[in-house]
Amino acid sequence: MQRFMGVLRFLLPAAVFAVLLRFLYVGLSLHPDVIPSPFIGKPAPALSLPTLHDETRTLSSTQFAGRPWLLNVWATWCVACREEHATLVEIARSKAVPMYGLDWKDDRGTALALLAQHGDPYDAVAFDAEGRVAIDWGVYGAPETFLIDADGTVVCKQIGPLDMDTWRSKFLPLISGAKKGPCT
Amino acid sequence: MIPELGHFALILAFCLALAQAGFALTGAHWNRVAWMNVARPAAAGQFVFVALSFGCLAWAFLHNDFTVAYVAQNSNSALPAPYKVAAVWGAHEGSLLLWVLVQAIWTIAVCALSRSLPHRFAARVIGVLGLVSAGFMLFALATSNAFERLVPAAVEGRDLNPILQDPALAIHPPVLYTGYVGFSVAFAFAIAAMLEGHLDSAWARWTRPWTTGAWCFLTVGIALGSWWAYYELGWGGWWFWDAVENASFMPWLAGTALIHSLAVTEKRGLFKSWTLLLAITAFSLSLLGTFLVRSGVLISVHAFASDPARGKYILLFLGTTIGIALLLYAWRAPRLKSEAGFMPVSRETFLLANNVLLIVAMALILLGTLYPLFLDYFGLVKQSVGPPYFEFVFLIPMIPLVLLLGAGMHAAWKRADASELLRFVRVPLVLALIAAVAVPWLVYGRNTVLTAVGVLAAVWVMASAWLAPISRWRQKRRLDAVPRAVMGMSLAHFGLGVFILGVTIAKSFSVEQDIPLQRAQSAHAGAYEFVFQGVEPRKGPNYEATRGTIEVRHGEDMVTILHPEKRTYLVQRNPMTESDIDASLSRDLYVALGEDVGNNAWSVRVQYKPLVRLIWLGALLMACGGLVAVSDRRYRRATVVAPEAARSLAQEA
Repeated sequence: MQRFMGVLRFLLPAAVFAVLLRFLYVGLSLHPDVIPSPFIGKPAPALSLPTLHDETRTLSSTQFAGRPWLLNVWATWCVACREEHATLVEIARSKAVPMYGLDWKDDRGTALALLAQHGDPYDAVAFDAEGRVAIDWGVYGAPETFLIDADGTVVCKQIGPLDMDTWRSKFLPLISGAKKGPCT
Repeated sequence: MIPELGHFALILAFCLALAQAGFALTGAHWNRVAWMNVARPAAAGQFVFVALSFGCLAWAFLHNDFTVAYVAQNSNSALPAPYKVAAVWGAHEGSLLLWVLVQAIWTIAVCALSRSLPHRFAARVIGVLGLVSAGFMLFALATSNAFERLVPAAVEGRDLNPILQDPALAIHPPVLYTGYVGFSVAFAFAIAAMLEGHLDSAWARWTRPWTTGAWCFLTVGIALGSWWAYYELGWGGWWFWDAVENASFMPWLAGTALIHSLAVTEKRGLFKSWTLLLAITAFSLSLLGTFLVRSGVLISVHAFASDPARGKYILLFLGTTIGIALLLYAWRAPRLKSEAGFMPVSRETFLLANNVLLIVAMALILLGTLYPLFLDYFGLVKQSVGPPYFEFVFLIPMIPLVLLLGAGMHAAWKRADASELLRFVRVPLVLALIAAVAVPWLVYGRNTVLTAVGVLAAVWVMASAWLAPISRWRQKRRLDAVPRAVMGMSLAHFGLGVFILGVTIAKSFSVEQDIPLQRAQSAHAGAYEFVFQGVEPRKGPNYEATRGTIEVRHGEDMVTILHPEKRTYLVQRNPMTESDIDASLSRDLYVALGEDVGNNAWSVRVQYKPLVRLIWLGALLMACGGLVAVSDRRYRRATVVAPEAARSLAQEA
């Protein structure tokens, strides 16, 4: 018995490794870029949160009805969001579509400082301190960008930083009406 | 024609790698000298053809051959020539080719320097390296052909990602890969030892310089990446606990543990199976890093364009290589017997603590990095963990590690006298305590508990590191009385202290200001005044820039003029922030240009970062220490020494 346990001890690393492999394999099929969001083609979840700039004001998704709008999930602790930020500023400058931010599990002061420093591409920013709304929206990790059409349906979703190419090929045609959603 | 030649050369190299592995391993198994003798020429041939293949791709870049899809995607005729070469490893396919090239260089080095090793053992090492090479070449050939033609050819290339057009980032991947791939040598030594079924001090002595060498490169590679992030991303941070940064840091931690456990195996014949396991772990983490970066399972700034087929291949490769290694371990490790015991207070105990703490830190980082995957698996709420988690869990094992380090490096092997040890280190201890309380307060005007702990740890390690060389020098009054191994250890530990000091002071006393400025308005950070003098347009070779001018004053004195830029690269149209830094050992003055906020005002970020340079200087000193240790005389002995003789020699050193 003791001998058996002795051998088992040396098998432990292999066992741990097997478990890790299993997770990685599943991770591969759960590829964040290819999983279709369960929300695409469905009505956008409600959003009602205090704004980043002014706690007493509320940003609510009912205000946007009738026009397409963009929701960008970001946070100051997220490096990829910083990477993406300049692109967002550029997109905002084109005024193609109103852009709303969802500042996720963040610190209000740091977030405001960031926007002051690097430009504020957002028409308004909702402040989601506990990440509740992000859960409703099925956010995997920041940054994520959702496009919601005039009927309030999520028509496109980008996981990871948005770049100008993706913006032009995936998002713009949906906004201009050249293509009908949901995007692929 | 040239690209096809490159592709064909890679296929030949793959065949040679298979021959290298097949003949060497079977030859060693059946003890056929003629077969084993194939290993070295095959490895040399493999190197020649991999180099040829790499050269062909570089040629295509330098000649703007946009009929090659990879070149068209990652280069442009306006791209400056040095970046054309760096663009070879600017994306997945080419960086894989670089990886294979680095692997071939390590293999050649092992072939050349292993002639004094027992013939069968050397053949096994070269054979295992051949298998690893073949695995990576098959990966390149099957999923990531860099030589694929583009029909019809592109007129102009899409340009290298602007974020990569930077000197530090151009050399960051080769250095980092040299470190990553170098751990495959330690891995091959471990597999060879397990195939032989026995492991002694001589084995550890052969393995040590290779491991330390790889570790040095990894250290420099990580430091370069961190330095780049500091000035290029425009945020002034130097470490983000990003998934890919963690992917390079985990093998570093495991490699550091391995270096220390190898010391015990060499000097005392202990920790044998643990050392083997660490050698396998360090290399598996290198492979895991490759998987994380290239499969797209985690989202990161550094991620390559991902493709599920690639992810599957690496996972299969990882599973096979490491799976077999660990099963071999389970089969052979129980036979390895420790040759001696040790007392609770001894160098061995300290090194055991070092290993446990380093591995705990590595495991906690691994857990945090893969956390989103675990949650996904169980269908729980998706979220990722950020820097607060990593900073917290990393400090827990690191503080005791560093405090033990100062004393541990002077403890005697086998049995140490606690009171004597305490007496030996009393000077650094007192020095550190005084510095921890007084220095932050005297120099920077305030102190906190965490700052004091950081300074304590830093001064303690820095001062204690030099006790051994000093006491050896006192005995003989000759500089060469200090062996290189001891010198290297002291230097590396001193570097760690320098690093800790840099992190502590920069973290505690940095001042940061984000402020919109009009012409002639100023911002303050620390004792410095930053006066904004407006912006002007500027044209670069492949970008257009808005260049700001900021004068920095200290009281009445003019310190410097800084020119941060906002660049728009013409092809990809992505805006980039180029910060400007006035660097000195005592502080960095860091300026980044934000956005045009209207009214002729620009948002400007100014930072005062005291001692931030010590972070990278410390890392470089650690790497230098490693190199000094590698140059120790006992590694260069040409003849094979009997294990007993080796052990007594090793104990002497």
